[in-house]
Amino acid sequence: MDSSQNKILEVKGLKKYFPITGGLLRKTVGYVKAVDGVDIFIKRGETLGLVGESGCGKSTLGRVILRLIDATEGEIIYEGQNVLKLTKSRMREMRKKMQIIFQDPYASLNPRMTVGDIIGEPMDIFNLAKGREKEERVLELLSVVGLDIQHIRRYPHEFSGGQRQRIGIARALAVDPELIICDEPVSALDVSVRSQVLNLMQELQQKFELTYLFISHDLSVVKHISDRVCVMYLGKIVEVSEKNELYDNPLHPYTKALLSAIPIPDPEVKRERIILEGDVPTPINPPQGCRFHTRCQYAMPICSQQEPVLRDVGKEHFIACHLY
Amino acid sequence: MLNYVIRRLVGAIPVLIGVIAVVFILTTIVPGDPARIMMGQRGNPETIAKIRHEMGLDKPLSIQFLDFMKNALTLNLGKSYRNNMTVVEAITTRIPVTFKLAFFAIVIAILVGVPLGIISAVKQYSWIDYGAMFFAILGISAPVFWVALLSVVLFCVILGWIPGTGTGNGELIYYVLPSIVLGLRPAALIARLTRSSMLEIVRQDYIRTARAKGLSERVVIMRHALRNALIPVVTVIGIEVASLLSGVVITEQIFSLPGIGRLSVEALTNRDFPVIRGVVLFMAFIFVLANLIVDLSYPFFDPRIKYD
Repeated sequence: MDSSQNKILEVKGLKKYFPITGGLLRKTVGYVKAVDGVDIFIKRGETLGLVGESGCGKSTLGRVILRLIDATEGEIIYEGQNVLKLTKSRMREMRKKMQIIFQDPYASLNPRMTVGDIIGEPMDIFNLAKGREKEERVLELLSVVGLDIQHIRRYPHEFSGGQRQRIGIARALAVDPELIICDEPVSALDVSVRSQVLNLMQELQQKFELTYLFISHDLSVVKHISDRVCVMYLGKIVEVSEKNELYDNPLHPYTKALLSAIPIPDPEVKRERIILEGDVPTPINPPQGCRFHTRCQYAMPICSQQEPVLRDVGKEHFIACHLY
Repeated sequence: MLNYVIRRLVGAIPVLIGVIAVVFILTTIVPGDPARIMMGQRGNPETIAKIRHEMGLDKPLSIQFLDFMKNALTLNLGKSYRNNMTVVEAITTRIPVTFKLAFFAIVIAILVGVPLGIISAVKQYSWIDYGAMFFAILGISAPVFWVALLSVVLFCVILGWIPGTGTGNGELIYYVLPSIVLGLRPAALIARLTRSSMLEIVRQDYIRTARAKGLSERVVIMRHALRNALIPVVTVIGIEVASLLSGVVITEQIFSLPGIGRLSVEALTNRDFPVIRGVVLFMAFIFVLANLIVDLSYPFFDPRIKYD
């Protein structure tokens, strides 16, 4: 594994609170704390998997990093620059380096534009290519993602889900980015085409030296594609580690419970499942102390009083838990 | 495309035949004998009988209906009872006024309504949004005759900016006030519809994609959102154009503009049945045509719609 400390992106103390408005004058009556103090870094060329239950804030985190949603607080350092401090036009320039692949390939492509326009539009705005040259690059991208070059004049509705996601990938690649945030890129696809798209993404990573932040709730998919994995719970990172270390030796009780839910493809083998009690608490008013203590079987008195910090327990295995 | 147009035009024939039938039935069951109306209450019974014969009014209703149908399909709508103009002439001389009025009104409506809708969607819950929607509610609910009368009093009588009602010597200044008054309601309607349609579209995922591409906000709104949001707006514009073209009775009456709307009022008060029939047929035809044009414009706004 790449041991260099070449961090392409570093997120420090990032928070995103969505205001809840109510009443006649739309006063803010509270906040949804979707992302509540997240510290992560991504090394150049790696795939960092980000897992967590629905609603834990992982998609919000991805979008805040790209400033598709404004952050409430914190820093996002991309190659030494604080992304959150960039002006609007500098931020648009930054989008050449950071791209995103969205979850829903049906809704994320403009139905009025041809595939050629969808992929070629970013080249126009950044003056990367024009006319004939642009068309050639679009055709090249189409073949790179495994689509027919005749598809250039077609519209998104003429394609299947897997093909659309390939269009979405080609679109993200059009500006030749360094970092791609993959926001559940395969969860809307049929199981049969999932592995094809995942393999394509791995090939492209090799070919274009891409760095991925791979957001997913599917633990097997994340295990397949990631180098390191981050576990998120209620707006906070609870554990980060190298992939095999995390899957073989999970430390955080929440990670243990999550991993015990992965089905084993062998009917003879039985694993002891850790069933979590109760529901995920509301992010509007998260529990004091450790957010997981309400459902943790190892909870101690300190857990409800003091919030554990994310710290290295050796071998770049970070964990936020009072047990360690 | 051409096949579709032909199919639609053929499909319009039964509609028009239906309209002709309804028009015939309505004008025959209305009490009052056209021959007697033409000759006045003390007309000579013999002359009246002669006229009834000339007009074919003594034939059985079924024969009259078939005659009427045949004539209507060949645009031979007969002559006005009031003057010797043919019905086709009576309508065609009134068309330019109504067309100009409708054209100016709809242009005003689009130029005011679409931008207002966009701004209030982009700046939702801002004072611009509240202001625009207040205007829209006002525009939809204020009765046209009331707005028309007030505007005549204000701009012609008190301020004197506009010479007055009528068409003068055909100067365009005479159309300014009626066009604005007439455009008010469609403008309000278009503004509300554009706003709600835009609000729905800007929440779509592909708008987020457009932002992620690095497009400026202006391009995101104008190129990605607006074109997708315009489809329902185009439909309403089509219907509004049709209803404007088929004559705006109240506005034409108040501003003394000799258009289709006034022609129909005149024909109705005089029981000028051929003209009434002609005007109603004309209106039906305009609606059929406007709907066809709206439908044909859809592929331009949404490539998923194709006609073949």
